[in-house]
Amino acid sequence: MNRFFDIPSDLQHSWLGLIGLHLREALLPVLAGLVAALPLAQLCVRFRWLYPPMLSLTTVLYAIPSLAFFVVLIDYTGQTELTVMIPLAVYSLVVLVPAIVDGVRSVPPETLAAATAMGFGPVRRYVQVQLPIAVPAIIAGLRVATVSSISLVSVGMLIGNQGALGNLLHDANIYHRPELAVNSVVTTAVLAVLADGALVLLRLLLTPWMSRGTRRRKPKAVQARPDAAVPALEDAAR
Amino acid sequence: MTFYAKSTRSSTRRPVAAAVALAATAALLAGCSSSGGSGKDPLSGDRASGDTVVVGSNNFAESILLADIYGEALKAKGIKVDYKHNIGSRETTYGLLKNGSVTVLPEYNGALLAYLDKNAAPRTVAATTAAINTKLDSKLTLLEPAPAEDKDSVTVNQETAKKYHLTGKSSIADLKDTAKDLVIGGSPEFQTRHQGLEGLKSVYGVEFKSFKALDAGGPLTRTALKQNTVQAADVFTTDPTIAQEKFVVLQDPKNLFGFQNVQPLVYKSGLDQKGVDALNAVSAKLDTDTLLDLNTRVQLEKKDPLDVAKAWLKSAGLD
Amino acid sequence: MNVLHFVNAFFSDGAHWKGYDGIPARLAEHIQYSLLALVLAAVIGLPIGLLTGHYGRGGNTLALIATAGRALPSFGLLVLMFILLGFGLVPVMIPLVVLAVPPILVTTYEAMRSVDPPVVDAARGMGMGESRILLQVELPVALPLILSGLRSAAIQIVSTATIAAYVSLGGLGRYIIDGLYQRDYEKVVGGATLVAVMALATLAVFWAVARTAVSPGVRRGG
Repeated sequence: MNRFFDIPSDLQHSWLGLIGLHLREALLPVLAGLVAALPLAQLCVRFRWLYPPMLSLTTVLYAIPSLAFFVVLIDYTGQTELTVMIPLAVYSLVVLVPAIVDGVRSVPPETLAAATAMGFGPVRRYVQVQLPIAVPAIIAGLRVATVSSISLVSVGMLIGNQGALGNLLHDANIYHRPELAVNSVVTTAVLAVLADGALVLLRLLLTPWMSRGTRRRKPKAVQARPDAAVPALEDAAR
Repeated sequence: MTFYAKSTRSSTRRPVAAAVALAATAALLAGCSSSGGSGKDPLSGDRASGDTVVVGSNNFAESILLADIYGEALKAKGIKVDYKHNIGSRETTYGLLKNGSVTVLPEYNGALLAYLDKNAAPRTVAATTAAINTKLDSKLTLLEPAPAEDKDSVTVNQETAKKYHLTGKSSIADLKDTAKDLVIGGSPEFQTRHQGLEGLKSVYGVEFKSFKALDAGGPLTRTALKQNTVQAADVFTTDPTIAQEKFVVLQDPKNLFGFQNVQPLVYKSGLDQKGVDALNAVSAKLDTDTLLDLNTRVQLEKKDPLDVAKAWLKSAGLD
Repeated sequence: MNVLHFVNAFFSDGAHWKGYDGIPARLAEHIQYSLLALVLAAVIGLPIGLLTGHYGRGGNTLALIATAGRALPSFGLLVLMFILLGFGLVPVMIPLVVLAVPPILVTTYEAMRSVDPPVVDAARGMGMGESRILLQVELPVALPLILSGLRSAAIQIVSTATIAAYVSLGGLGRYIIDGLYQRDYEKVVGGATLVAVMALATLAVFWAVARTAVSPGVRRGG
């Protein structure tokens, strides 16, 4: 184990370099997915008929294994980081749309009526009322998307060493150095836990009106509504 | 549960949603990647920059080592080198060389020829090179072959050798009657290559019970052979574990696996004469024993391939 | 997009339908791996989820375990287990079970907690013992949610089992990995289609199970 951090030269990165690469390949797609999911979710809220077909589409997209997605994309985007990031963005999108839709829909009609009565226009009402109330649900979606994204980057190793920390797995194999595989698994898992923790922290910061006490006493009240999205969220966490 | 059932039933408008979703994602990603500063796209960046030579390698240890050796030799001549390791199989790397994403790749002449023309059966190394050159893409060229040879092989484990009385003098043809009871392993591409199942059948009339997809002469292949998960496998002849595990390499009298000299394949316009000379100088000094020795250092003594490459270049006076 | 062309070519090639590398054989292997992993994960996840949910204890610990389970990268775990254990089903089962236990565990716990307390109290008032309450009152009410947890786990397993091919096992992933190295898109796209279809079939199976297993009263309420 004394060569735990001794990264083989063919990866052309230090351990920290691989971590940076891994985070970039995992988090940019989640960000892209979020930016795309917000308007899409709003469309689904506005036009209710759009939501069921959207959900069936996301179900089909979940079912495509990441590796197949990568390999098919090679023809279009080469053996690049982009080829790894596009599927991850799609998976994130697919997790986030239902999460946001359910979050936004969970806003009670009385709250909306009150906002309208206060003279809020639709945009302002969306940004200042609906979105903040949907934050817990959105963050729940982001947590699942982020953790699964961090885990899936490793598979990119198979398409020409595009898997950041996952590239260590191939080297562990060909150089008979199991410690590199341990390094890959442990580092990836720690990154995922840290990212997950950061998002929990973010939720606490963004929803100061939900005092800790209330949350502990009535955890159901917070989580009951996004529940519908939970199975969908879990499906994508591969 | 009805949640999903309902959604699958009313899916008439799925294409619209799909188009919207995909277009939005694509647009976003395009924006993201350009701002993300990943200038590593081999399909655009490397080719344009011209003076940097991209040395690539296939997905096995020896290929990475050879890429390091050739790459470092270029660096020693003041040429800027980028490495692109562990790309995949020849089926992938050949395409990347053709479009200039990779400039130099350590190839094996016989395997390359079999990929380009499976009916060719040259009798000398020079004829092999000549045959390749007639089939090779006009943007590519082969440099001088090294004396070092690393062949694919049909190799059996000790157990199988004992059971069927096979020795180092036995031929692949000796498996003709027994192969139907044996499982052979090799890289996934071995299954469809002429220098693989296809040639074993057409050249030697040997057909195995089944094929188990492993890796390109790597740890999966060795472990499978050692544990008798497969009884025969495509092991590379410069693999230091052959001696260690007392595997038996069968003779190939009909030369199915041809000549397998290490020979750099080059994207012409990406490498100047100085680079060509540097690579030829390396090939001239690289023989099979050297390759086996260097492989031993990397795969058994677990030294870093780049260090091994540099040390050898130094000892050969090529640095 | 020429994906449909590939799909068509893959499925119309007669050679893809027979032998050890034929679609029936690979499909059977994939189903075998998936079922085994799901059963193992259920054997671990269900009892723990039911008991902790019934007694309402250990929710935080479960959440921690679930987070840890999700954080472990399946592909990395697979390669590591292969390096440590060699060939066989075990190195493949470990990452698949690690992947599938969290959704089963957490959903089962949540499902048990979501049962209305008055219902349980009524059962207790009628003199039912704890095990009868668990099995005859809480379980039927919680069943739809529990099944949704199992369904999530099953979908993830079906999709992830493809990576088993990297360590030389069979299953539908074989087509994807072989296609990658052989540069044969027909195989890749064909394999991916089969996996996606199998995932959708899994959804259908769970839907059918829910139709038959969930008591009509519960279904109407939910």
